[in-house]
Amino acid sequence: MGRLSVNLCGIELDNPIIPASGTFGYGHEFAALYDINCLGTFSMKGTTREPRFGNPTPRIAEAPAGMLNAVGLQNPGVDAVINQELPKLAKVFHKPVIANVSGFSLEEYAEVSAKLAAQPQVGWLEVNISCPNVHGGGMSFGTEPAAAAEVTRAVRNVTDKPLILKLSPNVTDIVSIAKACEDAGADALSLINTVLALRIDLKTRRPVLANITGGLSGPAIFPLALRMVWQVSQAVKIPVIGLGGVSSAEDAAEMMLAGATAVQIGAANLKDPFACPSILRALPGVLDRLGVEKIRDITGGAHG
Amino acid sequence: MKQRVFTITENAPLTERVSLLRLRGDCSEIQRPGQFVDLALPGFFLRRPFSVCDWTGDELRLVYEQAGRGTASLRDLPAGEKLDLLTGLGNGFDLSRAGDAPLLVGGGSGVSPLLGLARRLRKQGLRPHVILGFGRAEDIFLTEDFYCLGLTPTVTTEDGSFGIRGLVTAAMDVPHSFLYACGPLGMLRAVSEKSPAPGQLSLDARMGCGFGACMGCSIRTVNGPKRVCKDGPVFDKEELLWDD
Repeated sequence: MGRLSVNLCGIELDNPIIPASGTFGYGHEFAALYDINCLGTFSMKGTTREPRFGNPTPRIAEAPAGMLNAVGLQNPGVDAVINQELPKLAKVFHKPVIANVSGFSLEEYAEVSAKLAAQPQVGWLEVNISCPNVHGGGMSFGTEPAAAAEVTRAVRNVTDKPLILKLSPNVTDIVSIAKACEDAGADALSLINTVLALRIDLKTRRPVLANITGGLSGPAIFPLALRMVWQVSQAVKIPVIGLGGVSSAEDAAEMMLAGATAVQIGAANLKDPFACPSILRALPGVLDRLGVEKIRDITGGAHG
Repeated sequence: MKQRVFTITENAPLTERVSLLRLRGDCSEIQRPGQFVDLALPGFFLRRPFSVCDWTGDELRLVYEQAGRGTASLRDLPAGEKLDLLTGLGNGFDLSRAGDAPLLVGGGSGVSPLLGLARRLRKQGLRPHVILGFGRAEDIFLTEDFYCLGLTPTVTTEDGSFGIRGLVTAAMDVPHSFLYACGPLGMLRAVSEKSPAPGQLSLDARMGCGFGACMGCSIRTVNGPKRVCKDGPVFDKEELLWDD
């Protein structure tokens, strides 16, 4: 058990650093740059039942200290993920991986989850009830406690593998949704997904994104994510994975002090493809400065 | 792809809207004309992608157009400034398909990667026919570099203030074995339809990461969704769908 190791729902991770879904594809672009086995694990691109192209372009915009995306869950569909992506991944990644699931109905969430959970490579399911960029699905399940609990139960019924619910910040009371997921059988929570946002092009006087709105990520949302991780981790007993603008080892430590058991890295991977190995190299030094031997001991340390 | 620090050696306007950026650094990752680099700008979160205009072992030439706040801030950076680049991105043009009479067609800032392409086709002993399209006489740039390669580019301007009046398609009635083109989407479509030959087109797109991770720049093709940054930016003309 190393200095950086943490336990996520009964599975030991070498370290708490996890690239976030949608910023790491199915791992191959990064495996060409560095040995991705250095990571705790990673969360694969959000997967739906059918292949999806996603939203029309442009679907990326710049923001102060961050970016907007309205990709809208482009993915090859669950069968292609199982038959093509996972076998390819097995050649370059030798740890359990997080399968991220999206859907437009309870049946779709359950069907996709059951298929992915049956794959030996999949260690955890991360159920996305917080995508702001799809209509009639995604976030609409994650903005109301009863609906979030329904999705949780639907997926809980089809798998015994650890179940992570990924929560939206675009709500009045994230704590009530977190508790609803916990009560319905979630094993962990990841938060936050992107924040619903807008940019307007001054030349055209129209929204930059073809989808009009998109999800804001990057350092701009870090303090917001930190506040929500702080609130949720105090209200639930299950582990919380913190994400939202984490860009450095110091940010990761801050996220864990706020209550996170592990940390996901999102937009930072897109700006700097070596962001995760850089954070990993810097983490022991941060622990030294904190006077802490094991990183697992700092989770929730700021709560006093 | 490699992440490398480059030093600006020259940053000078070529026209009112277009500037030349000359950088010194390790270009070993750039294998083909038509590839691009993704440049981190101080004060901006997302990198900015620019196609490689031309390169040697340690000198990189980029041409950039004023598009927004990012490129405006780039214009203010002086020689000596260091920039963080991802280099050797994208697939680039396939030189082996040129045949004996390749045609190169560029429009606006799309002229840029055709220079590196023309230089390498010349090294293969070929003499490509080059058509370069601009809006007005004062928008013309880079044509003298094609003359330095021993080529005589045909220049078109939309207002007729220099060369042939009209769009690049007005100058395309030349027999050719293969088409290479870069420019705005409308131009690429028109050029593609006008040319009876097979060809490759280099696309521009608003990108997130530039290396295939974020799916921000995807397009639909006859072979399914493709990422402009990773599967392109150069696509076979037969592969593209124009009905979006």
